[in-house]
Amino acid sequence: MKRSDSDSYRVKVGLAEMLKGGVIMDVVNAEQARIAETAGAAAVMALERVPADIRRDGGVARMSPVAKIREIQEAVSIPVMAKCRIGHSAEARILEALKVDFIDESEVLTPADEENHVYKHDFTVPFVCGCRNLGEALRRIGEGAAMIRTKGEAGTGDIVHAVKHLREVHRDIRNLTLMSRDERMREAKRLAAPFELVEEVAESGRMPVPNFAAGGVATPADAALCMMLGAEAIFVGSGIFKSDDPALRARAIVKATTHWQDAHALVEAEESLGTGMKGIEAASLPEEARMQGRGW
Amino acid sequence: MNGKIAVLALQGDFAAHGRRLREIGLDSFEARKPEQLERAAGLVVPGGESTTLWKFFESAPWEDAIRRFAATGRPVLGTCAGAIVLAREVTHPSQKGMGLLDVTVERNAYGRQIDSFVGEVDAPEFGKTLPAVFIRAPRIRRVGPGVEVLATRGGEPVLVRQENVFAATFHPELTSDTTVHELAFGARRLAQRTA
Repeated sequence: MKRSDSDSYRVKVGLAEMLKGGVIMDVVNAEQARIAETAGAAAVMALERVPADIRRDGGVARMSPVAKIREIQEAVSIPVMAKCRIGHSAEARILEALKVDFIDESEVLTPADEENHVYKHDFTVPFVCGCRNLGEALRRIGEGAAMIRTKGEAGTGDIVHAVKHLREVHRDIRNLTLMSRDERMREAKRLAAPFELVEEVAESGRMPVPNFAAGGVATPADAALCMMLGAEAIFVGSGIFKSDDPALRARAIVKATTHWQDAHALVEAEESLGTGMKGIEAASLPEEARMQGRGW
Repeated sequence: MNGKIAVLALQGDFAAHGRRLREIGLDSFEARKPEQLERAAGLVVPGGESTTLWKFFESAPWEDAIRRFAATGRPVLGTCAGAIVLAREVTHPSQKGMGLLDVTVERNAYGRQIDSFVGEVDAPEFGKTLPAVFIRAPRIRRVGPGVEVLATRGGEPVLVRQENVFAATFHPELTSDTTVHELAFGARRLAQRTA
């Protein structure tokens, strides 16, 4: 039996299915988690600092402190996710033992391993991982990820890289569906992706697991744009708690994610808002300041 | 009426329900506005987060639209979070319920995601067990006199019906078995064919 057909994997992907059409919000403490839940978040993501602060302050960014995770779990009834460093299987085991609902093996934190990611099939808790293209997505799914999100460029408030990654993923998927069978192995080589998963995508025309967007979402319109480009749900990091009215902005982004096809609803979502996060133009970042290059 | 089944698409696994309905030959559409229910032949309230669904219900006249829909006798199916919002009483933590099903439901009653599981449920009425996926699932702790229990797990009700309102604590939409969808909307299939 393929691992992807196992009961354990179906349960993992099942929770990702439940989050579709929703917004997952980064929070650093119980107070922010309550604001997120009240605003209609489908889940919250616990982390030590939001990406914009990691960028500003530098230093090593690690898993959220245990006490903060516990405090967040007690504060809300929606799923609580938490980030671990890329390749940090020990942080992942700690988060699993804390019974977080999903682990994000995230490039936003400082990587613990420059070559390897966590072997996620060995865990009971589901994982989400970032990607810039289909090859990267399928490598993570090969390791056991039950959900994929774009990396975008976290902590910038600039949507351009999330758009680029969504476009690349969907272009790669479309191309695969047009190829003849004898061209698929070469494409698997180009993508550096497991052949079985390449075949699965070629046959189904879809990512094998739910495919969400993250990295630079700061406004309701940004969220709607990601949905238009084929994302099935939205992660928002710094965009909410770095704005002048987080509760209002969180509600507006939730509304825009559900009603992305309804321009009048998007007007209502946008017009309720004050100033968004100032942001950093992603193109102005030097290569070494980009988080998306972490992991491969 | 347009003869189609409305799948509430505010947040949750609405796409999976659409696929199961298509497999039994039923057309469906994603409903994101209350007035879209008026023309529908049936309604699915999918899995997702019940807390999140209530935020949407509070921002538009959904509750009224769903109540009126159910009162016309057209079939309604709620799964997991959908079952929670249709219930009379909700605990752990306590939360509003629409009261379309006279049951008490305890949220996240098996634990967190790590306690989610795939199993079989007993459905003697169909002469078989049904495959079932339980994700951060609720448990039905009390069943009122007008409520029929259609499937159980370890003796506890997991699929119930009160007249035209059906609810499952598990996710039939995440399995390849279409029994629950046929049960709720089977008669509508005939209506669609003859329409």
